[in-house]
Amino acid sequence: MSAHDHDPTRPGHNPARRQALNCLAAWTGATVVWTVAGGVPRALGATGGAAPTAAAKNALTFVQISDTHIGFHKEANPDVVGSLRRAIADIHALPQTPAFVVHTGDVSHLSKPEEFAQARDLLKEIRVDRVHTIPGEHDTIDEGATGYLKFFDHDGKGKSWYSFDQGGVHFVGLNNVLNFKMGTMAALGDEQIGWLKGDLASVSHSTPIVVLGHIPLWTIWEPWGWGTADSAQAMALLRPFGSVTVLNGHIHQVLQKVEGNIALHTARSLAYPLPTPGQAGIGEPGPVKVPAGELGKMLGTRQLSVVPGQHDLALIDKPLDA
Amino acid sequence: MPERRRRKDTRVNYPSTRTALDPLRVGAAVVLLLCAAFVPPAVCAAAAPTATAVAISKFAFAPKEITVAPGTRIVWTNHDGTPHTVTSTDKSFASKGLDTDDKFEHTFATVGDFSYSCTLHPFMTGIVHVRK
Repeated sequence: MSAHDHDPTRPGHNPARRQALNCLAAWTGATVVWTVAGGVPRALGATGGAAPTAAAKNALTFVQISDTHIGFHKEANPDVVGSLRRAIADIHALPQTPAFVVHTGDVSHLSKPEEFAQARDLLKEIRVDRVHTIPGEHDTIDEGATGYLKFFDHDGKGKSWYSFDQGGVHFVGLNNVLNFKMGTMAALGDEQIGWLKGDLASVSHSTPIVVLGHIPLWTIWEPWGWGTADSAQAMALLRPFGSVTVLNGHIHQVLQKVEGNIALHTARSLAYPLPTPGQAGIGEPGPVKVPAGELGKMLGTRQLSVVPGQHDLALIDKPLDA
Repeated sequence: MPERRRRKDTRVNYPSTRTALDPLRVGAAVVLLLCAAFVPPAVCAAAAPTATAVAISKFAFAPKEITVAPGTRIVWTNHDGTPHTVTSTDKSFASKGLDTDDKFEHTFATVGDFSYSCTLHPFMTGIVHVRK
């Protein structure tokens, strides 16, 4: 416990601290290990090189990866396949085998069938029962989610949103990259929010909820579209639950925010870094070229654990290079 | 006479080099010169399918707002390391995902105002005014 008391990656214990915990940009972490213990996700170790603490033996442990951008081959990372393979090796080296992996979107770079096919084959190399994916805006470029669903249809129902239950946790995968309206941020859309309402209606409020969404479900930087236009409607549906953890990608860096019982976390990419929100002197959210040897510190994975009877989910962000 | 002019115009509008911006500008300039020499500008605009370049750079369309004559072909080129699209609000034109250096073109036949955006980054917006 005490080892975590100063860990800013583990929000949720102290309501007073929640107020102070706004957006924390951590560029120097790598992977996050999450444990859901009795409801609230909690980091097992700090970002930035601290050794991961072992999760409780009865914990449900899983890993989040994000933004693999298979098909990207520009200067910012000419070898995204190599980066993903390094992450896979990290996952296989974990002391506790994760139950599954979640991928929070931008699986591909240009929504091309060959990129989806390659990504699917690469994800199959991960030795877990299943990889749950959701689409990012790079996966829905030319024909909405249709091309993506040919490779990553979660339930075989032709929908890019879904839910499942595992280890006493209710997981919800969302698609917040389809309802783009000119000049606005992305949105979930009425059909999906209606589905979410129905899905959550049968879940007990004491059940921990983990929500996957590509674009952050809170507004981080509106001028760059780093937010979801109708996220307030989703948050209203999630607020009655005692423990809600929202896992996002899209912005290629670790940020977090806690609102009441809802903890929101963005993850690192496995492709290339992006600027910090509105970063001075950059002006647009394009790939950032970093000096040789620095890239691996900006990419990484996240492990999460849920421990029955404990209040927090635990999370460890781990960079490819410490 | 008009046929000969049209042939020339056609030729300058399809430059053989692959660098887009400069040939297009040169092409437009040649068209203007030809037009200035032989016909009043209004007639020229209607008769010659001119090409105009819009750059996609730093997550913005440049120029963001443009006024052209009917028949103008606009060529967008993505100079960013990130893919973008050119997608009109009224669905009258839509590009595929444009990777770095990819181009998309559309000829505006009718008068009107055509707003468009990038579906990946909907904060990127532009508008084409087509005026006689």
